[in-house]
Amino acid sequence: MTEPLIKIQNLSKRFDTPSGPVFALDDVSFDIPRGSITGLVGESGSGKTTLGRTLLRLVQPTAGQTIFNGQDLNSLDARAMRLMRRRMQIIFQDPVASLNPRLRVEAVISEGLAAHGIGSRSERRDRVASLLEEVGLQPDHMRRFPHEFSGGQRQRIGIARALALEPEFIVADESVSALDVSVQAQVLNLLLDLRERRNLTMLFIAHDLSVVEYLCDQIAVMYLGRIMEVGPTEAVSSSPRHPYTRALNSAIPLPQPGATGKRELLQGDIPSPLDPPSGCVFRTRCPMARDLCATTPPPPEVVGNDHISYCKRIEALDERQPLREQSRGAPSGARDPFAEERARADRSVP
Amino acid sequence: MRDRILDVSNLRVAFRSRGGEVTALRDVSFTLERGRTLALVGESGSGKSVTSLALMGLLPPNGRVSAGRLRYRGRDGREMDLSALDAAGYRKIRGAEISMIFQEPMSSLNPLFTVGDQVGEMLWLHQDLDEKARRKRVVEMLDLVEIPAAASRADAYPHELSGGMRQRVMIAMAMICNPALLIADEPTTALDVTIQAQILDLMRRLQNELGMSILFITHDMGVVAEMADEVAVMYAGAVVEQATARDLFADTRHPYTEGLLRSIPQPGRSKSNRLVPIPGTVPPLHALPQGCAFAPRCPYAEARCEDPVVLTEKASEHWSACILDRPVPA
Repeated sequence: MTEPLIKIQNLSKRFDTPSGPVFALDDVSFDIPRGSITGLVGESGSGKTTLGRTLLRLVQPTAGQTIFNGQDLNSLDARAMRLMRRRMQIIFQDPVASLNPRLRVEAVISEGLAAHGIGSRSERRDRVASLLEEVGLQPDHMRRFPHEFSGGQRQRIGIARALALEPEFIVADESVSALDVSVQAQVLNLLLDLRERRNLTMLFIAHDLSVVEYLCDQIAVMYLGRIMEVGPTEAVSSSPRHPYTRALNSAIPLPQPGATGKRELLQGDIPSPLDPPSGCVFRTRCPMARDLCATTPPPPEVVGNDHISYCKRIEALDERQPLREQSRGAPSGARDPFAEERARADRSVP
Repeated sequence: MRDRILDVSNLRVAFRSRGGEVTALRDVSFTLERGRTLALVGESGSGKSVTSLALMGLLPPNGRVSAGRLRYRGRDGREMDLSALDAAGYRKIRGAEISMIFQEPMSSLNPLFTVGDQVGEMLWLHQDLDEKARRKRVVEMLDLVEIPAAASRADAYPHELSGGMRQRVMIAMAMICNPALLIADEPTTALDVTIQAQILDLMRRLQNELGMSILFITHDMGVVAEMADEVAVMYAGAVVEQATARDLFADTRHPYTEGLLRSIPQPGRSKSNRLVPIPGTVPPLHALPQGCAFAPRCPYAEARCEDPVVLTEKASEHWSACILDRPVPA
């Protein structure tokens, strides 16, 4: 992997609520390599969205640093941060709620350009036209209002808006979760194309591990505000080195009848963030937890190239029978009836 | 001799709207064998939820069953046409013979009553038990759906429970009168994947123990593969393919089903294999194309596709509504 665009160092965020403090982020550290897509997965309440927003400083961290291109974002004053925002953008989950229904598409997409005083009105219009084409819409769509578009098209508009300022870094927060699968595939392929064309760096927040495995180069797994495991997609998905990642992996229903083997069901629910377990936060649901897990938070263990796991019982994990060996261990594409066509498939978005 | 609990044939549902009447279901036909699970799968707007509401007699006031038959055969072997039932007739059926669970457990539970009261309401409606006996059954049922400390949780209010626990309460409510048919409309879509795995596991166990039939509505092909014996794929208000789950995945006959399967990222597949999305979007119901509704998005479409197309048996127990025997590139 290349030199990281973003280094997240010991980032923490405490929210003070009427019922007491909640650590939405607790000592989060990992790197986001330039030009890569990093997937951030975890159950609801794990802190994924807070992390995305804290990186963009839409939420102020309580402690820690976000080093962007060698500069600590959290030390910037308001003016410097405003300039910095041109370089980092966000795409939201809900394409309906995140587009102003009273603005035409042209105004929606060019709002950032106008706010930063970039270009004349006609230059901005040209930019909007080319952005619409880039995301697979038509230039004359700029005259329309958001409600005239389908969900997938609206998400493309949200992507065009995020691209308008030519950012280096984009946070995509559950950006395909609300879409039907056939349309979701269109948007995923668009994101891959954009990454290639513009050398974008992305943090892709999702709860769907299969989507993350398809799209991302690196995966970070969160649970109750902490990173459990982070590493290259291949390694994290085919040989996870954390019991939580394994449980998440084994919980995905595979679209092959009979493929879902014995699964390691996690007991119970994610604990309340108001009263997180001591030591390793996952230990209350972990099938391998021992007394030592309750003492201190597990330190980072390097388990491979750029692959880190926060677990004190990795040796015990390795001794356990891998789950679903038959389906996951098969050579990629071997049982994929569409492999050939996929390989030939047009890389552009229809 | 087959034992069909449900036989839906040529079901049409129409909605009145400002622009005139819109047909939401166009001749939907499928069958469900007793004790089995049929998945109704499709994207938004395909009509899968409308189908379940029509079965339950819960269509909104501007909707009606305009044609077709909904034949249901209960445990006592008596056959009836659900579409002919009046409100009182339906009240006797719902909860006792046919139950339903919904996607969003929070909005389906009443926030003002304890979960015990709500689970017990079904018993109060359908069975003649005194309060003590009712309470006992409720706690047994909460225990059966694996709610820890069932006796004390019966006195909890919905907001005191997690999403997964609420869905267990919904299942307890649906199952307490031991219905013959359970309709589950996206029951795990709002849940995290680890909780989804628990709920699917619970539903399978209950089906084994209690022997009910399940109509499982979902958009998730992974859930289909895991839960279904049979699958009916819906598109734009019609069933386009029905087969056993195994045949549907291994020997896909309809181009839309093929397109859906190619759109899903599958774990463990090589990254160089791009997904193949279905181009375009689902047409609005008031502007469906002539003939096959999928033709404008179909890579195999030809002129003949503008003629009406019906479900035909392409192989044993495998129906597809396509002029092609199976999707093969020309």
